[in-house]
Amino acid sequence: MIWMRNIAIGVLAMTFAACLLAGTIAPASYAMQFREEPDAAPSHQHWLGTDDLGRDRFSRLLQGTRISLLLAPAAAFLTSVLAGLIGGIAGYWGGWTERVLMAAADLVLSLPWLFLLLTARALMPLNVSPMNSVAITFLILGLLGWAAAARVVCAGARSLRASDFSLQARAMGCGEARLLFRHVAPNLQPMLLTQFWISIPVFILAEANLGILGLGVVEPLPSWGSLLKELSGLTAISGQPWVFVPLLLLIAVVTSFQVLLVDQELPS
Amino acid sequence: MNSRSRVLLSLIFFFVTTLASAQGGGQLRFCLRSDPKTFDPVLVDDDPSERVRYITGGFLMRLNRFTQQLEPELATSWKVSKDGRTISFRLREGLRFSDGTPFSADDVAFTMQRLMDLSLHSPTGDAFRSGDGKVQTQVLAPNKISVTFPAPIASLDQHFDQVAIMSAKSPKKEMAVLGPFYVSDYKAGSYLQLNRNPNYWKHDENGRQLPYLDSVRLDIQGNRDTEMLRFLRGEIDLVDNVDAEYYSRVQTEQAGSGHDSGVTLDPEQVWFNQTPKSPIPAYKRAWFRSTNFRVAIWQALNRDDIARIVYRGRAQSAVGMLSPADKFWFNTRLTTHSYDRQGALKLLAQDGFRLQNGQLFDRDGHLVEFSLVTGAGNKTRERIATMMQQDLSQIGIKLNVVPLDFPSLIERITRTYDYEACLLGLTNMSLGPDAQMNVWLSSADNHQWNPRQKQPETAWEAEIDRLMRTQASSLDPKKRKEAFDRVQQIAWEQAPFIYLVNRHALSAISPKLHNAQPAVLQPYVYWNIDRISKSAEVASK
Repeated sequence: MIWMRNIAIGVLAMTFAACLLAGTIAPASYAMQFREEPDAAPSHQHWLGTDDLGRDRFSRLLQGTRISLLLAPAAAFLTSVLAGLIGGIAGYWGGWTERVLMAAADLVLSLPWLFLLLTARALMPLNVSPMNSVAITFLILGLLGWAAAARVVCAGARSLRASDFSLQARAMGCGEARLLFRHVAPNLQPMLLTQFWISIPVFILAEANLGILGLGVVEPLPSWGSLLKELSGLTAISGQPWVFVPLLLLIAVVTSFQVLLVDQELPS
Repeated sequence: MNSRSRVLLSLIFFFVTTLASAQGGGQLRFCLRSDPKTFDPVLVDDDPSERVRYITGGFLMRLNRFTQQLEPELATSWKVSKDGRTISFRLREGLRFSDGTPFSADDVAFTMQRLMDLSLHSPTGDAFRSGDGKVQTQVLAPNKISVTFPAPIASLDQHFDQVAIMSAKSPKKEMAVLGPFYVSDYKAGSYLQLNRNPNYWKHDENGRQLPYLDSVRLDIQGNRDTEMLRFLRGEIDLVDNVDAEYYSRVQTEQAGSGHDSGVTLDPEQVWFNQTPKSPIPAYKRAWFRSTNFRVAIWQALNRDDIARIVYRGRAQSAVGMLSPADKFWFNTRLTTHSYDRQGALKLLAQDGFRLQNGQLFDRDGHLVEFSLVTGAGNKTRERIATMMQQDLSQIGIKLNVVPLDFPSLIERITRTYDYEACLLGLTNMSLGPDAQMNVWLSSADNHQWNPRQKQPETAWEAEIDRLMRTQASSLDPKKRKEAFDRVQQIAWEQAPFIYLVNRHALSAISPKLHNAQPAVLQPYVYWNIDRISKSAEVASK
């Protein structure tokens, strides 16, 4: 399956490169409305045509991809760190610490996160710039996403605590802190890495779903969510195949992440 | 009679009955967006219930949605007293409700009593609550009745367009109706079946009893996409209110099915929060309370572009608080504020604003930036807001668009006043100033920019208060028009609301339907449902 991995790496590398060079490649500002050309077909000037307000679709796709691909891994990193800390401590110490922390995880899992996000948005100051608004959205996603991963990490840490090598280390006089950071934590690393890779597409899709509800990134900033929102509704399916490019890119990127994840989990 | 003759007679009978049934008007199908909350015409407070009341109710008089004139229905004539408190009706005789119960003046009296019963909180009855005291009904004869109100009511007769007469004696209560159809079956969340009222009193010019249709089936369908798909597949016969983007698709796929009846009464509007108790900074409130600032914003918005792009040309720049669709009340001397970026900057300069490196600053050096709240998920308003962003950036203003879920939005604009500007649409169900009282009086709850004022805070608001009260208490249409023209002019000059566009009344009607005459007042298509038919033969007779 090396060829699949190579394709996945190629897709992600090209996508990230395009995002980094968005300022140079993009033919127009993502917010500029060419009002004489709304809903235009692809042309030399607008490679993917224009949207219903006359904005260049290609420029918006580049900017939207940049936002989603920058902030989704950041949120996934935050989630993984929180899951590692909370799950690791709970599993390693066990007892009432585990019970309290896992009860907290259950509480977070039971929260209706959509309503929480709605409430958070309603409570935010109104004069927040679009960029800050999207950063806050991903921060909330990151802060809410740790619970499920923490449960997995907790189970892993618990089994590591009771493992033979831990017993042997203790018998040789190894302190608890050294045991945790020197022996247990490195063994949790693959698990956390897996959680990180899993979280990225989850957050990308979560933002896309929020965008469809009108709660993600605010205008005029584009994101994959707001680009996908254009596809909702009957009129989207109206003989303009180029409007599906953001969807195809989302599928390609999420699939690439999954391919890399599976490849990492398979024994070499 | 021998057996051959019997067979022949049977065949003739069969052909005659088949022909007769073939000439029936058929079944009309369309959708309601949600279940009606009530079938009691007095308690109607939601759009689906209002639509059912429109189709099933019998009214003393009706506003013709096409001509915008009142026409007699159950009342053959009526007279309003000089003091504007009493209205007397002469009723049609020999009419029956759908269940066969006879109709008389007692039913009108019964309806009025229920309508004015405070314990029922009838929204329809609110229009008749002119002052303290009881409403007195006097049955003068089985076909004559007079109703006296404690205080004068302007346009008293027009309010009866909403009053469906109920039976005082029928055991079926509100299910016995005088309209063209009655409710025969209802499955919540699924459909509503209305059958032809066999006792409906109207006849066409050829003496044929109306309605032409045999039945109406209203499917409960909340999703607009599904509704449009069902129309395009021929499963439903009409969509009464079509969005501009769907309209283009209807025109493309079924040429001739889309109908644009012209500009409606409904404006999209923006207003700034001027409430003194709002938690916004004082310097921003000072901007919002400046007439020059508000008019400058109005001039800086390219509303023709909004009409052309967001509404695909199926809207027009709004002139002011009334749309030209209101033929009598619209002030024809007013013209739309034209798009004029330089003019806007000049007005702003008069208030000390200055443009510096593409950014606008006020006289104290504050960057001009404000937020605009609107309903999340409303594509049309989000597009309008995005276009406003670009237009205002041309004069150096930074606009932050904040889509909020509807309960949060309502909380902010009606209770906490924690917002700076708001973009919303208004649905005008009736003509003229009567429905505008709760918006334009400075003490009103819906005086959005600064509600519930104890005393008018500005001279122009005081003048509007005076003019609105003058027109409401006057019975002379000419005087009322003069007063309301002046109100429109003040609203145009002071711009407490910045009116963006008036959308067109767009509908989709199957070519199988006959006699449909789409209008600009709601309901757009089936306002003459008793004359609509699915049989060309019936319709042409």
